[in-house]
Amino acid sequence: MNPLEPTRARPGPAHTATFDGRPLRALPGQTVAAALWAAGVTAWRGTRGTGAPRGVFCGIGVCFDCLVTVNDRPGQRACLVPVRPGDVIRTQRGTGRDDD
Amino acid sequence: MTERPRLAVVGAGPAGLAAALTAAARGVRVLLVDAADQAGGQFYRQPAAGLGARRPHAPHHRWRTWERLRTGLERHRAAGRITHLTDHHVWCVAGESGSGGFTVYALRGPGQEEGVTVRADAVLLATGGYERVLPFPGWTLPGVVTAGGAQAMLKGQLVLPGRTAVVAGTGPLLLPVATGLAAAGAQVAALVESAGPAALSRRLPALAAQPGTLAEGAGYAARLLRHGVRVLPRHTVLAAHGTERLEAVTVAALDRTGRPRPGTARRVRCDTLAVGHGLLPHTDLAETLGCALSGTAVRVDAEQRTDVPGVWAAGEATGVGGATLALAEGRIAGQSAAARLYGTAPDPRRWAAADRTRARARAFAAALDSVYAPPAGWAERLPDETVVCRCEEVTAGRVCEAVGTLGAGDARTVKLLTRAGMGWCQGRMCGPAVAGLTGCPLDPGRRPFARPVPLGVLAGLPDTE
Repeated sequence: MNPLEPTRARPGPAHTATFDGRPLRALPGQTVAAALWAAGVTAWRGTRGTGAPRGVFCGIGVCFDCLVTVNDRPGQRACLVPVRPGDVIRTQRGTGRDDD
Repeated sequence: MTERPRLAVVGAGPAGLAAALTAAARGVRVLLVDAADQAGGQFYRQPAAGLGARRPHAPHHRWRTWERLRTGLERHRAAGRITHLTDHHVWCVAGESGSGGFTVYALRGPGQEEGVTVRADAVLLATGGYERVLPFPGWTLPGVVTAGGAQAMLKGQLVLPGRTAVVAGTGPLLLPVATGLAAAGAQVAALVESAGPAALSRRLPALAAQPGTLAEGAGYAARLLRHGVRVLPRHTVLAAHGTERLEAVTVAALDRTGRPRPGTARRVRCDTLAVGHGLLPHTDLAETLGCALSGTAVRVDAEQRTDVPGVWAAGEATGVGGATLALAEGRIAGQSAAARLYGTAPDPRRWAAADRTRARARAFAAALDSVYAPPAGWAERLPDETVVCRCEEVTAGRVCEAVGTLGAGDARTVKLLTRAGMGWCQGRMCGPAVAGLTGCPLDPGRRPFARPVPLGVLAGLPDTE
């Protein structure tokens, strides 16, 4: 079973973004975190200190663990930001800024 | 006041909605300011509209209550009595000197980059809560999520982080989370609860005062049984394992004192761990306004007034107690605020029913609180190399060194010495752990900015004295 079934969800047509250069399918209204989870991806940040992998932790915008780079803007909370068609989403390493 | 008074309600969960509807029905113009794109808060979080859920009630309880709230909100919005500002993330509420009014500062949109300010004659804080998670080795691995986070992603986005889940920690939230994950197709390998059945039965007389909620708990237990979920009371997750993501957890039984029983540790394979140790109130906005706290919650009187004139609070912000309590508090706060805004003293007999519900729900919450407790001695058992502050990657060893060798006696000194609590989340995630390791109570956060604010938004604010 898939988690859309209990609510009998009939989403509108999916759109496409990219994640680290690969196509990422997203349903309308889905956040970056949700689209990545649905694609089987659970990590999209390397920490500043040890480069350890991170993804969603609190899921409600409080913990900032799920930070991701969207269209060259680092530090976006994947659990809050919806995917828009054509978004270029990349794993965020460290602060995600070149000067750091 | 030449026109009807204006009340800003921050938060559109059960407390905020109940308060907004109550005040609007009494002639107050309500500005309902909420971070989500749909009302409901965490408890009644709705699937994103684009997902086209035809049975949105499937993951929910007390749906009829929600339908009443939603219908009421639509009616008042259509009549112009409530303005619902969705996707507005409030970062500060400030009293205006002289006028007695308030300015609410928010950031609009999911990217939170555009500043918005709104003014009101009074403020009602229904800011809810967030989850407390105590650290253990491996808790930063992808695949380890908070119990509430797993539920939020499922309710709002209809997604799961993996196939095989363990739900662990302590508290009444674990039951609906485990049932929700199982109903959505995850294999729930175990529900690991550190509280024991004896503690629950000792408090049964107090809990029986809220038979509805107790029955709800029993309903969850029955559904877990139907899904074949193994419930392990008086057990704990000692560690999570994996390299790039979670692969397994080690679970152990606890003895009567709450310490792991030697020889009982075993590995359970899973790719998801939903873990939580209760909730904490969001009090940042109240603290900045100068409202007194009681412990970690906003202190309120019988009318849900804070000690700052013109500021009310309701729901989890005033003490974690669930949706029933939040609704009752919201109704009382809404009536009190409406009366006071029109310059009259409210008549408490008008909210006698809500008052009884509030008293019962608070007693129930207090009884639950004494049942659900994290395993004893968790802080002493934390290995030195375990990360405690997830943002700044500060380990338990460094926190202990700050306390032991360097003599730090409180969380603030630990922060200055180690950077624990200085990162993006501003200590919301590591606060309880640092307090536990330091051996002092959890301090109020004192965060004048309730969320990160772009410098451009600050620079664009009009000058005030």
